[in-house]
Amino acid sequence: MSKIATREAYGKALAKLALENEKVVALDADLAGSTKTSEMKKVTPERHFDFGIAEANMMDAAVGFALNGKIPYASTFAVFAAGRAWDQVRNSVAYTNANVKICATHAGLTVGEDGATHQANEDIALMRAIPNMTVIQPCDGIETEACIRAIADYQGPCYVRMGRFAVENINDNPDYKFEIGKGVVIHEGTSPVLFVATGLMVQEALGAIDLLKEKGVDPTLINIHTIKPLDKELILKYAAASNLVVSLEEHTVIGGLGSAVAETLVAECPRRQLFIGVNDVFGESGTPKQLLDKYGLSSGKIAERVLAALK
Amino acid sequence: MEDLKKIANNMRKNIVKMVHNAKAGHPGGSLSCTDILVALYFNVMHIDAENLHDVQRDKFVMSKGHASPALYSVLAEKGFITYDDLMTFRLIDSNIQGHPNMLECPGVDMSTGSLGQGLSVAVGMSLANKLDKNEFRTYCICGDGECDEGQIWEAAMAAAHYKLDNLLMILDHNGLQIDGRNEDVMNNAPLGAKFAAFGWNVFSVDGHDIEAVTAACKAAEQVKGQPTVIIAETVKGKGVSFMENQAGWHGKAPNDAELAIALKDLGGE
Repeated sequence: MSKIATREAYGKALAKLALENEKVVALDADLAGSTKTSEMKKVTPERHFDFGIAEANMMDAAVGFALNGKIPYASTFAVFAAGRAWDQVRNSVAYTNANVKICATHAGLTVGEDGATHQANEDIALMRAIPNMTVIQPCDGIETEACIRAIADYQGPCYVRMGRFAVENINDNPDYKFEIGKGVVIHEGTSPVLFVATGLMVQEALGAIDLLKEKGVDPTLINIHTIKPLDKELILKYAAASNLVVSLEEHTVIGGLGSAVAETLVAECPRRQLFIGVNDVFGESGTPKQLLDKYGLSSGKIAERVLAALK
Repeated sequence: MEDLKKIANNMRKNIVKMVHNAKAGHPGGSLSCTDILVALYFNVMHIDAENLHDVQRDKFVMSKGHASPALYSVLAEKGFITYDDLMTFRLIDSNIQGHPNMLECPGVDMSTGSLGQGLSVAVGMSLANKLDKNEFRTYCICGDGECDEGQIWEAAMAAAHYKLDNLLMILDHNGLQIDGRNEDVMNNAPLGAKFAAFGWNVFSVDGHDIEAVTAACKAAEQVKGQPTVIIAETVKGKGVSFMENQAGWHGKAPNDAELAIALKDLGGE
């Protein structure tokens, strides 16, 4: 399987989309080389706007573009998009239901060496709590390209969460189809264990399933790219046949995918749930692989925790 | 011009009446920007019933969203909403929210309330107009206290960087904010010199002289290659004797007796 970071796939997809759709504009805050909107700037420089290191202004300027009929893709690191500009996202983007596409990169621990200040582990919770907001996290490059196209056709604000770290192209099959709000069954297992994963944790979950199979456990894996609105129907269908649900996210266990899954299950199909995520702590510097392992998000650590839970 | 003064006076009556009726709201900063709104909506901007729902046209952003009574009052004078609508201000189930909601109220071009954001939105609208090479202009009223917000200066930097001569900001310079005088709460003077240093063209006018505000807006249309800010010198609570220059009337509703005095100050019912 080939590997590509979702931010790399974003840059390429945005460049293609901008050539096809004149309404598309890109906004960045002095990080175009990192968020990869620089790819779009190469082909349509007149529609790429840099706002300097001023994320609040960029986010509200995106609203102005949207209200005048453009489709703005506003990009910066997740920690700034969802954190620093939260008030702008809430009051100007979401309250007006503006057609702004917030494409945040460098989410989660796998930002790596930059350390805790740059590792957004709270952004899903922050964005999910805002009315009108759609929250999406593609799990690979193929899903990223499909997502970037789909949100252009969708009317309303979207938060797309992407990473710096290269991930496997899990969805590399001819039947793959991306639909906002629809989960993807990646693996149909034989054990009554359900994995619900998002973003690069889909890759880690697949690795964990390989390890678990050696121990006689074969979980089902659902990829939830759209965290809000959540594909409740799909999750409930598979949860009903499971006695352990495992949520997996590169994000704090407070308020993210795990919480969204639990909110659904507890109301309609209560199940024991194992929350794999960052346990209410800040990250630190390290390589992405080291960090995933240290914070319990690597395939090996997931398999260990699932086996312990099944004892 | 006499007609416009009558419109402004009528708006002031409606402002105090709607705040009285709601038992809450912001009369001081609404009365200070009333004449500016009359100049914009009746002499300067091309916004009418025919183009009201167009995605692209001249647009107005009330960045100091708490001055919503003034905005609603001018929208009523334009016929976009009714007097009856005004009397639902801040009440449950109303489309006339405490702070303007563009999805509910016809003629509101941007929802505002969290200070410091409107100018940035106006920057985005102006950039979109530049990109489309159209002649539409974007207008934005900010408060002087609002200029405490760092985002105002982010927007000011961007507007000059992108040479947004299709953007006009009017600063409602009434000298007061919630906790008192600007210079006592947070001295952000001299605002005109600051905008000039950021690369803006700066005009100063009497913000209660509708003719002068109009002339400055027209002069701004001739300025090329940079955005313009009009520093409008105003009086907070203008037209109501006991509210004038009183920070205490920033966000407080008049009682029945005070309403009677206010209406008398404004020439009766």
